[in-house]
Amino acid sequence: MTRSGWRGYIVFFLAPATLIYTIFAIYPIAESLRLSLFAERDSAALFVGFDNYQKLFTEPYWAEQFWNAFKNNVWLFVLHMLIQNPIALALAAILSIPNLRGAATYRTIFFLPTLLSVVVIGFIWQLILSPLWGITPAFMNFIGAGSFFAPWLGLESSALTTVTLISIWQYVGIPMMLFYAALLNIPEETLEAARIDGLNGWWIFWKVKLPLILPTLGLVGILTYIGNFTASFDLIYTLQGGLAGPNGSTDVMGTFMFRTFFGFQAQLGDVNMGATVASSLFFIILLGVSVYLFGVQRRLQRYQA
Amino acid sequence: MRNNPLSSIAIHSVLILYSLLALFPLVLIAINSFKSKKGIFRDPMALPLGDLYSSKGYQSVLANGDFPLYFGNSLIVTLISLVFILLLGAMAAHALTEFRFKGNGLLGLYLILGIMVPIRLGTVALLELFVKLGLTNTLTALVLVYTAQGLPIAIFIFTEFLKSVSGEIKDSARIDGLSEYRIFFEVVLPLIRPVIATVAVFSMIPIWNDLWFPLILSPGEGTRTVTLGIQQFIGQYTVNWSAVLAALSVAIMPVLVMYVIFSKQLIRGITAGAVKG
Repeated sequence: MTRSGWRGYIVFFLAPATLIYTIFAIYPIAESLRLSLFAERDSAALFVGFDNYQKLFTEPYWAEQFWNAFKNNVWLFVLHMLIQNPIALALAAILSIPNLRGAATYRTIFFLPTLLSVVVIGFIWQLILSPLWGITPAFMNFIGAGSFFAPWLGLESSALTTVTLISIWQYVGIPMMLFYAALLNIPEETLEAARIDGLNGWWIFWKVKLPLILPTLGLVGILTYIGNFTASFDLIYTLQGGLAGPNGSTDVMGTFMFRTFFGFQAQLGDVNMGATVASSLFFIILLGVSVYLFGVQRRLQRYQA
Repeated sequence: MRNNPLSSIAIHSVLILYSLLALFPLVLIAINSFKSKKGIFRDPMALPLGDLYSSKGYQSVLANGDFPLYFGNSLIVTLISLVFILLLGAMAAHALTEFRFKGNGLLGLYLILGIMVPIRLGTVALLELFVKLGLTNTLTALVLVYTAQGLPIAIFIFTEFLKSVSGEIKDSARIDGLSEYRIFFEVVLPLIRPVIATVAVFSMIPIWNDLWFPLILSPGEGTRTVTLGIQQFIGQYTVNWSAVLAALSVAIMPVLVMYVIFSKQLIRGITAGAVKG
């Protein structure tokens, strides 16, 4: 076939995806980065360099909100890493026991909350935790811990952690599936060799299986990081509203970006500052991804080889 | 470990306990959606039988009248985006694995960048773009955004899968004189069927459940999706608990049905090595 013939096919197969992706994913992100370097003066765009970033990080009004949202996001990430991913790994390890009765049913049930809209999940937990309905106080009385009940979502000290636990309850299914697939992909011969060496199930898990699925642990880590910085908006907006109350205690980068861009109540929307918040978030994610690609993943691969 | 009945009991206790934790909230909402407000508060744990039963909640959801429209919108957006993601993603993956050309590797990397960089970060510019194109408050805007958002993962999974498939089938088809287009539609598409379900489910869930883009790009009455519609509906009816619970149950149903249909293939696709990490 002639060279130009191939070129025709390449364009035919690649152009549609590349075009849509470039126009509606890459261009907007690049354009947001550009907008963060401008400000509106007398209804004209004025190049201001890094002034917006300086404003965001140092002017009390902005800096307070930014660092508060950032700190909350870090807490969200830490809790997901410490609670969600270990639970997911434990469930996946149990489910991957050979010939486990009912494994498919359990797997389906565990993954179910993941499928549902955050909006639905948020309201369900709001109702369950509501002092008005009394489901949770009644349950806590039943197990003899009634005096510990508090309207957790409404208290500054506990709102963020409560929201995070709801998120963990919902999303544990995704890391579980990834761990599960990785565990099933371990060759039977490797496990058989370990058994012949006289290792019991517990040791096999720690000494054979876990090292083999380290790349998946790394992948789950970075996915948790990205999801936590962007997707947390939906749940917090649903549960706590755009102001991420009480008193900003559940504010994350997503809700902060939304308020900055569109304005909220007395605060006016600001396109350029919204782009600045988005771009800061872009660099935060880029930093995490770089650490993963050049630090974690490389080391894991070396460990594998 | 397998043969020890004691550890088997322990394992199943853990699994059953976690199942209860996962299911309890959903079941609670479902049974209470069939009760009157009085029943919901008097006896939240009881099944909706006898005088506890009431369909008032569902009646007020239906009386609201807009839910069929919201469902239609979500269905249109999700299905059309899905077709685009699967078809265009498979085409791109096919070209990337089949044809050697300059910049092939770089283009492949560019196309999967979007897995790491969420499209939401470009919202500010996306809205301006859609205002310019006159596409705000249209379902088209959502379809375009979701297609762009879903393509990277689809291309990544399809490419990985196609790399693992031998090229012999395609070569023999070429010898038989099939055109490149027919090779794609008649050989490659059937070939990637095992991972299509996986890609479909993973692309579909975030689209159906998304709140961010419907809220920003198409919040208008006529273009609301189910997720946004539910969010607004519940905001208005916080005192009408029967209606709220019924609305929540209604919102759960379609996803549940899709999951049951796809779940077997989903697991098969994941474990077939589509997601290797």
